[in-house]
Amino acid sequence: MRRSQVQTRLNGNDIDFLCEPRQSLLEVLRDELGFTGSKEGCNNGNCGACTVIMNGRIVNSCCVLAVETEGAEIQTIEGVAHGEKLHPLQQAFLEEAALQCGICTPGFIMSAKALLEREPNADEARIRHWLAGNLCRCTGYDKIVKAVLSAEPQLQEAKQS
Amino acid sequence: MTTVEKPVYSVIGTRPIRPDGVEKVTGKAQYGADVHLPGMIYGRILRSPHAHARIRSIDTSAAAKHPGVLAVVTHGDLPAADDRVEELGETAVNVRELSSNILASDKVLYRGHAVAAVAAASPHVAEEALAKIKVDYEVLPAVVDVRDAMREDAPLLNEARRTKSMGGQVSDRPSNIASHNQFKAGDVEAAFAEADVVVEREFTTKMVHQGYVEPQNATAAWNSDGTLTVYTSTQGAFAVRAQLSEILRHPLARIKVVPMEIGGGFGGKTVVYLDPVAAVLSKKTGRPVKLTMNRAEVFEGTGPTSGTYIKIKAAAKDGRLTAVKATLAYEAGAYPGSSVGAGAMTMLSPYDVENFEIDAYDVVVNKPKTAAYRAPGAPAAAFATESAVDELTKKLGIDPLDFRRNSASRMGTRMVNGIAFPRIGNEETLDAAINSPHYRSPIEGPNRGRGVASGYWFNAGMQSSVTAAVNSDGTINLIEGSTDIGGTRASLAMQLAETLSVPYETIRPTVADTDSVGHNDVTGGSRTTFASGLAVYEAGMDVRRQMCARAAKLWSVDPDDVVYEGGKLRCTKDSTRELTFSELAKQSARTGGPIVGKASLLARGAGGAFATHIVDVEVDPETGKTTILRYTAVQDVGTAIHPAYVEGQIQGGVVQGIGWALNEEYAYDESGRMLNSSFLDYRMPTTLDVPMIDTIVVEVPNPGHPYGVRGVGEVPIVPPLAAIANAIADATGHRFTDLPMSPRRVLEALEGLE
Repeated sequence: MRRSQVQTRLNGNDIDFLCEPRQSLLEVLRDELGFTGSKEGCNNGNCGACTVIMNGRIVNSCCVLAVETEGAEIQTIEGVAHGEKLHPLQQAFLEEAALQCGICTPGFIMSAKALLEREPNADEARIRHWLAGNLCRCTGYDKIVKAVLSAEPQLQEAKQS
Repeated sequence: MTTVEKPVYSVIGTRPIRPDGVEKVTGKAQYGADVHLPGMIYGRILRSPHAHARIRSIDTSAAAKHPGVLAVVTHGDLPAADDRVEELGETAVNVRELSSNILASDKVLYRGHAVAAVAAASPHVAEEALAKIKVDYEVLPAVVDVRDAMREDAPLLNEARRTKSMGGQVSDRPSNIASHNQFKAGDVEAAFAEADVVVEREFTTKMVHQGYVEPQNATAAWNSDGTLTVYTSTQGAFAVRAQLSEILRHPLARIKVVPMEIGGGFGGKTVVYLDPVAAVLSKKTGRPVKLTMNRAEVFEGTGPTSGTYIKIKAAAKDGRLTAVKATLAYEAGAYPGSSVGAGAMTMLSPYDVENFEIDAYDVVVNKPKTAAYRAPGAPAAAFATESAVDELTKKLGIDPLDFRRNSASRMGTRMVNGIAFPRIGNEETLDAAINSPHYRSPIEGPNRGRGVASGYWFNAGMQSSVTAAVNSDGTINLIEGSTDIGGTRASLAMQLAETLSVPYETIRPTVADTDSVGHNDVTGGSRTTFASGLAVYEAGMDVRRQMCARAAKLWSVDPDDVVYEGGKLRCTKDSTRELTFSELAKQSARTGGPIVGKASLLARGAGGAFATHIVDVEVDPETGKTTILRYTAVQDVGTAIHPAYVEGQIQGGVVQGIGWALNEEYAYDESGRMLNSSFLDYRMPTTLDVPMIDTIVVEVPNPGHPYGVRGVGEVPIVPPLAAIANAIADATGHRFTDLPMSPRRVLEALEGLE
C-alpha cells in the first residue's frame, strides 16, 4: 500500500514519518516511531490507554488516523517528564500508589494533565467525570482520584515558581 | 488496625515508592506488546465463527500465496500431544486439550476458537491473508448454558467424555458433566427438621471476564541453534515455559521465557494461547514473530470465569447456622476444569457448621475454556451462601453480623474438605466490621439499603526461588522470578530490607527470565508476598550467616561469637569489634569472594484470608439503576507489608465485584455467539460508577510466615456479589438471585412487585 509522508510536532520536536492511510496514530507511535508509552487496550476508543494530547485536546490515538496529524501538535506520555524531573501528576501517582499493573497509567496521566491544565482546582466529582473514559481494572480508581487531587497544589506551586 | 500485638518493624508497614514506579509513570516500562526485535514480523489468528462445528478441511493455499505472507500454520503444525494433566499452580490443564485449544484439531468448540495463523510483514497484511483461508465446517448444535448442557439429550462436546466421580467412578454414558464431587458431614436432613428457620433458593451467575486492560501478546524467536526465546506478558514465566515444552515437545532448558511487564492478569494470564503459535510461526519463517490479540479476541478467545447455577438450602437454630445443602454446577467452557471445587470448598468457610452436603459438577459448554479469575470459584458460591444467610437473619430478626459472629469459624474449625483451620482472623474481621464507623452509622432515605457479606480464600504457597547478591558498595540486587502485577517488587524488597536491617532504597529487585533464576510458580493464589517473601527472608538469613562468617574471619574469632543486629556485625566477646553492612560488603573480595544469599523453597503454611464487606446502595425506581453510596471492606491480611498496595488490592477486588454484581456478563445468542465482545458493550466499572472504597485492614499474623503475611489479593472479590444483593434486597424488598443485577433486570423485578 502506498505510504504518505506526514509532518507533525511530537513532544516539542518537529518530525516526519511515512505511513499507510489505514494506520492509526497509535500504531505509528508504537510500531513506526518507537514511542510505546501509549498503550493499546481495545483499539476502538473504549479504554483510554492510548490517550494523547493533540492540539490541546485529549484523543484516543487509536481512533485518529496517522495521516490526520499533519501539522498537529502531539504530546505523549514520553513528553511529560523533563529528564529525571517528574511532572507533579507522575510524582503523585507514585506517592499515592495509584498504579498496580501500570498499563492504564500513561492514559490516565495524559487525561488528568489535560484536565488540570483547564481546571486546576477540579473536585472529586469533576475528576471522576473527566476520567470516565479511562479504564483501570486494578485499583478501583480510589487511589487514582486521590492522586489527581493531591497533584493539584503541587502543580500550582510548580507553576508559580 | 492491629488486632494482635505484633513486633516493631522498621520497613514493614511503611509506604515507600515502588522500584518500578518511575518507569511506569513515564511510559518507559516495557510491556509484552512493546517488544520489537530486528527482523520481526507479525502474526494474526483466524478464529471460528461457530460455537460448535466439525472441521472437514482447511485450505490455506491462497493465504500462503498472498503477497507479504511468510507462513501459515494449523493444528497439524503442532506435535501430537499427550493426554496428561499439567499443574499450573491455580489451574491444571490437560496437555492434549491445551494443544487443541491453541489451534483447533478436529472440532471447534466455541466461537473464537483459534483455527489457523498467518505470519506476514505487517499485521494488516496478515489480516488480509486470514480472509483467504477456506475452512469447511460442519456446523453442529451448540449448548451454552450449564443446565442445558447437563440434560441427557444435550448436544455433546466430546462423545468420548464420561463423568468422573470421587473414588474413581466413571459413568457408562457420554456426558457434558466432566466430574461430580461431594463434600458431606453430619446429618443435614435431621438438622433441617429441627431448625428454627430454613431458606431454599436457586442462584445463577453469568460468565464474566477478568478484564485486564492489556490484551494477550507473545513474541517468539526460534533461533538457528534450536533454542527458543519467548517474550510475553504472563503471571508465570515458568508456567509458560512448561506449557511450551509440553506442546512443542522441546526441552525446558532450551526455552527461555522473558517475562515482560504485565498489564493485569487476575488469574487469566497463566494459560498460554499465543505463545506456542508464535513459536511455530517463528520456526517456520526463521524470523521473530509477534502476536497480539485485539479486544474481541480477548473476550472470545481467552479464559473468562464460569457461569454458574447454584441451589442452596440453609437452616438456622438458636441464632446459628446449623445446616447447608447445596448443588453447584459451573461452566468449564470448552474443556473440563472449572473452579467449582474451590467454590464448594470455600462457600462455608466463614462458618462453623456441622451439617452439610455439597455436590459440585464441572460441566463443559460451547464457550471459551474458563481460566482462573481472582479467588476462582469462590465469589459465585459465596453469592449463594451469603444471600441465604441474609434471608435467615431477616426471618429470625437478628443482626446479620451478630449472626455471622455467633456462627463464625475459628482456629480448629474444620473446612468442608476436613482440614482444620490454623490461626485465622475471621472473628477479628467480623468484630472490626461490627465496630466500624460505617456499620455504626444509620442508613436513611427512600430506596436505600445496606448489605453485608463475608468471604474466604485459601491463599497459596507453592514454589519460589530468589537470589540476593550483595555488591561491594553495600547495595543489593534481588533477583526474583515472580511476575510483579501490583507492587511485589516493593513488598519483596521491603521484606529483605527488614531481614537485613538495611535501607529499602539500597535494594534493587529484578524479575528475571527463566534462564536467570530458579523455578518460580505463577503470581497467583495471592502467593507472591507470602511465598516469595518467605524465600526472600531465607535468602536474607543466608546473607546474614555468610556475613557473620566473614566478620569472624576478619576478627579471627569463632562465627558463633558474631551477631548480626540492626544492620551491623558485632563481636560478642569484644565490644570494639563492629562493622556495618556496607563496610563488610566492601571487604567481600578479601574475605572469600562474593556474598550471595539464596533460597529455593516449597512454601507451606499459607494462611487463609477472611473478608467482611458493608455496602450502602440506592436503587432508582424509575430506571432500576443501583448506585453504590458507600463501601467498606474489612479484611484480615496477616501483616500489611506495604499498606497502600494492600488497600489497593482490596479496592480493586471490590470494584471488580461491583462490576460482576451489577453489570458484567457474557451475553450470548442461541447459536452461541457472544453479543458484547467490546469494552463498550461489556460494561466494566468506570470512575463514575463507584465511590471511594474504604478499607479496614485487620492484622492477625499468619504463624506460617516470619512476618505474619497472609495473601491479600483474592478474597476482596468474594463478598461483593452477595453484599450488594443483600443491600438491594434491603432497599427494595426484592431478593435478586440472578446476576448481574442490571438496571433492566431490577426494573423488571420492581415492576413485577407493583
